[in-house]
Amino acid sequence: MIDWHNFTPWPAFTGGLLIGLAAAVLILFNGRIAGVSGILLKLIKLTWPQREEWLWRLLFIAGLVISPLIFRLFAPLPAAQADAGIWLLAIAGVLVGLGTSYGGGCTSGHGVCGLSRLSLRSLVATLLFMASGIAAVFIVRHLLN
Amino acid sequence: MKPFSALLAGIIFGLGLILSGMTNPAKVIGFLDIFGGWDPSLALVMGGAILVGLFAFGYAKTRSHSILGASMQLPANQQLDRRLILGAITFGIGWGLAGYCPGPAVASLLTGSIKPVVFTLGMLAGMAIFTLLERYTASAKSDKTNS
Repeated sequence: MIDWHNFTPWPAFTGGLLIGLAAAVLILFNGRIAGVSGILLKLIKLTWPQREEWLWRLLFIAGLVISPLIFRLFAPLPAAQADAGIWLLAIAGVLVGLGTSYGGGCTSGHGVCGLSRLSLRSLVATLLFMASGIAAVFIVRHLLN
Repeated sequence: MKPFSALLAGIIFGLGLILSGMTNPAKVIGFLDIFGGWDPSLALVMGGAILVGLFAFGYAKTRSHSILGASMQLPANQQLDRRLILGAITFGIGWGLAGYCPGPAVASLLTGSIKPVVFTLGMLAGMAIFTLLERYTASAKSDKTNS
């Protein structure tokens, strides 16, 4: 059953265009893939790559971090609601950190950039993380509750 | 110029995530809840992003260097190996449990809620564990070949 009440096609599509534009800027100007998990992983590796290799990553992440402050200059931030408790969020975070490191990407690297490159590897990854995400939500929402 | 375009890309990415609803875990979980009340909005986020991405990456593939002269680094790995499969499944479980994936969590750090901060710290811990494990296996391997 589709939840029409919460369906927000225009903000979703426009936001998607902006995400695509951001990935376009990074690949066309910097020659790099806008994969957030990969960028973070490279940043926390203790042996630093060359200066130029970490500077752009640090600034890309900085841009992400300050984006809500810039958004607020134009409009109030949309409501965000996280129902999971602190411990579940911490565990989920560890799973996401491990999974994206082994899998070589997340929703941005595989889902947006990889599918845009028509990469089979990214298509497989995207289908798998969607499927396991759907399974996790099904178990928590419909089996345990 | 290259640092500036990276900062700009990060800002635009974050604005897109916020506008699209990706920074709202309840909305992400609503998208993954196909057996409950399904909110298809995030399919349009992907659609919009890929629509632009198809042109950008299609053009990027024809160039050896970026507009600012950086090497064009498009991934060459095409292997469908166990790491990719198990990694993607593990990531999806965490994504479904929290409703956060890496980008939206980082773009929510300064919104005043502790929750994305906790998730992000867990995620960085997971990446650190991966890095340490990889280094350990690499040194165990080189020990073996040395002995």
